[in-house]
Amino acid sequence: MIRRALAWLDDRSGLVSWLKHALTHPVPPRTGWWYTFGSATFLAFVLQVVTGIALATAYVPSSGQAYDSLRFISEQALMGRFLRGLHYFGASAMVVMIGAHVARTYIMGAYKFPRELNWLSGALLLLLTMALAFTGQLLRWDQTAVWSVIIGAAQAGRMPVVGPQVARFLLAGDTVGGATLSRFFAFHVFFIPALVFALVGLHLMLVLRHGISERPVPGQPVDKATYRAAYQEMLRREGVPFWPDAAWRDVVFGAAMVAIVALLALVIGPPELGKPPDPSILEAYPRPDWYFLWYFALLALTPTSWEDAVIVFAPLVFGIVLLLIPIFNTGERSVRRRPWAALVVLFIVVTIGIFWAAGERAKWSPDFSAAPLSASAVHNDNPTVVEGARLFHDKGCEFCHAIGEQGGQRGPDLTEVGTRMNAVGIAGKITNGGPGMPAFARTLSPREVEALTAFLVTRQ
Amino acid sequence: MTPSRRRFLSRVSIALSAAVAAVVGVPVVGFLLSPLTRKVPRQWRAVGQAELFKVGQTVSVTFDDASPLPWSGVTARTAAWLRREDTETFTAFAVNCTHLGCPVRWLADAGLFLCPCHGGVYNGDGSVAAGPPPKPLPRYPVRVRQGRVEILTSPLPIA
Repeated sequence: MIRRALAWLDDRSGLVSWLKHALTHPVPPRTGWWYTFGSATFLAFVLQVVTGIALATAYVPSSGQAYDSLRFISEQALMGRFLRGLHYFGASAMVVMIGAHVARTYIMGAYKFPRELNWLSGALLLLLTMALAFTGQLLRWDQTAVWSVIIGAAQAGRMPVVGPQVARFLLAGDTVGGATLSRFFAFHVFFIPALVFALVGLHLMLVLRHGISERPVPGQPVDKATYRAAYQEMLRREGVPFWPDAAWRDVVFGAAMVAIVALLALVIGPPELGKPPDPSILEAYPRPDWYFLWYFALLALTPTSWEDAVIVFAPLVFGIVLLLIPIFNTGERSVRRRPWAALVVLFIVVTIGIFWAAGERAKWSPDFSAAPLSASAVHNDNPTVVEGARLFHDKGCEFCHAIGEQGGQRGPDLTEVGTRMNAVGIAGKITNGGPGMPAFARTLSPREVEALTAFLVTRQ
Repeated sequence: MTPSRRRFLSRVSIALSAAVAAVVGVPVVGFLLSPLTRKVPRQWRAVGQAELFKVGQTVSVTFDDASPLPWSGVTARTAAWLRREDTETFTAFAVNCTHLGCPVRWLADAGLFLCPCHGGVYNGDGSVAAGPPPKPLPRYPVRVRQGRVEILTSPLPIA
């Protein structure tokens, strides 16, 4: 019965034979776990589409009402909180998996002849994934989201000539308002996913056309003249059917990924909604989601004179290099003969890791929550010193300088400043400032400088 | 079919397809790009009676965009830091740091604006005191009419 139905379906559509062909096409043996990141990325994307559609049935993409609809989804709708968590951690999984997939294909030289277009379509998918991540963060239409549109627009505005136009295009106007969110919603939900679907289709078609790249062997460089014949010969000799010989690993790895995403969604839950998206609430601390935190850190640590280069040209150069990589499309594939490939990946991973860790701590951000120093922290009864300790908080010093366990970390820790500077040095520093510190000559009276200095000298 | 007839029909088909694509494509692209051409009227918005502001004080004031859409909700609201210089003059600063646009906070006791994102610092007159900001805080036009302080709504200060 089922067999007959399938036979009918295949006769009329050809789908069954095509699927059978796709599933059983021979793949190189011993591909191993390194080859599972691509299918995991795809699975994460499917997860995003499914959970995204579910969320879209309740989300109101209006800048006036999105926040309330998100509250409803998170607090009242059945499993809404879990769904939001799935969508959030699914996005994280997609970013991580596509990163691993790109690194793997680069290290194994899988982008080389004849698979240049596999790489190009994949590179575009990487950029689109980042675009999805950025636009998605904005749909969480709370205070942070609103400020990240403004910051995104300010960054776009740094572009020469077209900057202000690009910024207005993003904001859909001069300010964040009624049209901004609708625009990001349309991009996040319709436009970019449509492009992703098309490119994933192309990407998979190319994988079937050229076959999964075999494990690179040192000393066996790709030669355009002989590669294809050798690959087919290898498949004939020792190829195994994709299903189930290789596919089982994809299934196991993908299931593990979904399990982790679901677990995180259950245990940690979606990111909390912050304050309402009211641009007139100035008590804001805009920070990007984790996958862009390293970039936020990079901008914080870049010297001012380099900033335009980092904001405008670094992404441009990154994009161009990414697209140009398949130009080096023959020769050695094995990483043992391409040590620089491993070094490049290692460099990128370590750099992003360092900036990411720096972004987590965000030492450059003033700590507005620093409380006035307690009497025990001041541990001195001299009225001038006590006065100085009070000024240390009131004049904002403590937002950037720590004393003991309190205060910000933007400036040097002043817990023991009295051991390394004398009164004259401290007073000079306060009045004249420095590259990261304002000169307080205009805002402090000589008496206040004296009190602050008296307080700081006792810190040892 | 003769080759010439075939060539004629293929040309007609291509031309018609291009015309259809243009009929759909032009409005779509134009619609997407419309924010670039739209001129938003700038409006004076009252933010309070002049006598409520003390000389020498800087406070945040809230007002609406030039032309908020009815469904903008609270996102239509915007803010500025308003400083009363003397009995006659007021200064209105944008709240956006010139580094990347984060909202700066006024520390009244210290007489400084401080940005929470990357630690930019401005003096009370909006000039850069320290940190990454490349330019002083932008200012909005401000005037006093019939005893009320009014601020001219402005685009986000970008670039």
